[in-house]
Amino acid sequence: MLRFLLYRLFSTLLVVFGVSVMVFLLIHMVPGDPVDMMLGESARPADREALRHALGLDLSLWVQFSQFMSGLVRGDLGVSIHSNRPVSELLLERAPATIELALAALLISVVIALPMGVLAAVRRNTLWDKGAMAFSLLGVSMPNFWLGPLLILIFSVGLGWFPVSGREYTGSLVLPAITLGTALAAVLSRMVRSSLLEVLGEDFVRTARAKGLPERIVIWKHALLNALLPVITLLGLQLGVLLGGAVITETVFSWPGLGKLTIDAILRRDYPVVQGTILVISVTYVVVNMLTDMVYGIVDPRIRLGNPK
Amino acid sequence: MKRPLLPILVCLIWVLLAIVGPWLSLDPNHIHLQSILQPPGSASFLGFDDLGRPILDRLILGARTSLLVSVWVVGLSAVTGILIGTLTAYIGGWLDLVVVRVIDVFMAFPGILLAIALAGIMGPGINNVVIALSVVGWVGFARQARALTLSVKERDHVAAAVSMGTGTPRIILRHLLPLISAPLIVEATFGIAAVIISEAGLSFLGLGVQPPEASWGSMIRDGARYMLVSPHMVLAPGLALMLVVLSVNLLGDWLRDVMDSRLRQAGSDTC
Repeated sequence: MLRFLLYRLFSTLLVVFGVSVMVFLLIHMVPGDPVDMMLGESARPADREALRHALGLDLSLWVQFSQFMSGLVRGDLGVSIHSNRPVSELLLERAPATIELALAALLISVVIALPMGVLAAVRRNTLWDKGAMAFSLLGVSMPNFWLGPLLILIFSVGLGWFPVSGREYTGSLVLPAITLGTALAAVLSRMVRSSLLEVLGEDFVRTARAKGLPERIVIWKHALLNALLPVITLLGLQLGVLLGGAVITETVFSWPGLGKLTIDAILRRDYPVVQGTILVISVTYVVVNMLTDMVYGIVDPRIRLGNPK
Repeated sequence: MKRPLLPILVCLIWVLLAIVGPWLSLDPNHIHLQSILQPPGSASFLGFDDLGRPILDRLILGARTSLLVSVWVVGLSAVTGILIGTLTAYIGGWLDLVVVRVIDVFMAFPGILLAIALAGIMGPGINNVVIALSVVGWVGFARQARALTLSVKERDHVAAAVSMGTGTPRIILRHLLPLISAPLIVEATFGIAAVIISEAGLSFLGLGVQPPEASWGSMIRDGARYMLVSPHMVLAPGLALMLVVLSVNLLGDWLRDVMDSRLRQAGSDTC
């Protein structure tokens, strides 16, 4: 058990290191001079040099890299060019809004997907099933930057139920959460359906039915609990999609989270902030996946025993 | 397996309009000052945008953008990914270990986020969109090609080819790729749908094609600003985008079913 957890922890650390290297390279190796981008091509050479020096870009790549990494270890992500505030401070300020949005979207998607997937599996090949799968297909084909405006059009402009954007009012959260949660609900309901269908064909389900348990208990207690294991893994993996989607959803609704911060920083060419937000979002994703894996390993011994050395 | 006629038709129309667009004597950048924000009517089938440009013409221009970008990105990522995936799985050893770690690191980024960052840093423009999305896209192909190759590389016919002195490139191209191509074709189809959405997403954020070029994503962004007065501006590109993505996805579903049943048949023949 301990060995499995340590192995997972070590490989996660390796990935986190890789992610940090890549984020560093992203800013420093990608064609296009950040200084040119920030000041424009007509800037005076002296200004250019001054900015280059202020950003540490005049140092060698190795020195920059070791400075970057040692800063990371100390939790120092540099200073925003735009607001002149520490990047870590900005991140902490914006994180709660994104966490709130992501959790709400997660909740909505589970509330929609679980009953829908179960219904589709239990009533296989009926109108229920077809309806659920149609929803699922529509959900994955509907980008959030189109669903968002559509919801605003209907529920804010048309019916006046929710605010158009921002985070000031109660009810502000509803539309962004639905926008972000729909695609996840679509993927999830499909997964619940197929996983449950598989489990329903197993022997222990037949046994449960044979000993006369009511169908309700067979489905919800015996079958569903087993069917949920792969769904939980998928949920962990889909968190990345959720966090990536938050960038666009937050922009649509002017939601003051990390995603909006990322886009604003990109448009302002505020590279330290871009670097920080991408790093934090990716590392969060990696860590959550590690935790899902560990929980899964604790719950299901087949996983940790089948683990390669 | 019933052929999905409607999705095929939608895809055909999309591809056709994108290809013949330049010969249709469109007027996507012509500004009709009297027609600003005019709703659909006899003057233009889908109305005019905030600058008085005909939305239908811009929609067709946008179809061209989405087709070009998706074909380029899926082509580039598929070739790179499949090459890397099959080669490392076949050769194995330390090369495989390194590539698996690199894939892990790429998978650690939420795909669209990495693309947004890359496009943002390289600067806007359609070429950079293609590069950014390909940098993200090859990983999926590599991972799948690697797993598939591992599952078939121990087969007898490969061992036979090796013992006859066949070179590695020939083994990969002639003996491995044909066996694993079916799931990769399905993956590519879904890839097209994903890239259409990603391109539109980048353009929606202002990181994609630049004005006066048109993308469905940038049209949705412009439309969202005038949603209160002229909802047609946001509805038209959104519906077009959704329709095409939905059709490509349905096509992918159908392809997967067809290939699955063929594989199963092939499997039962050899048993």
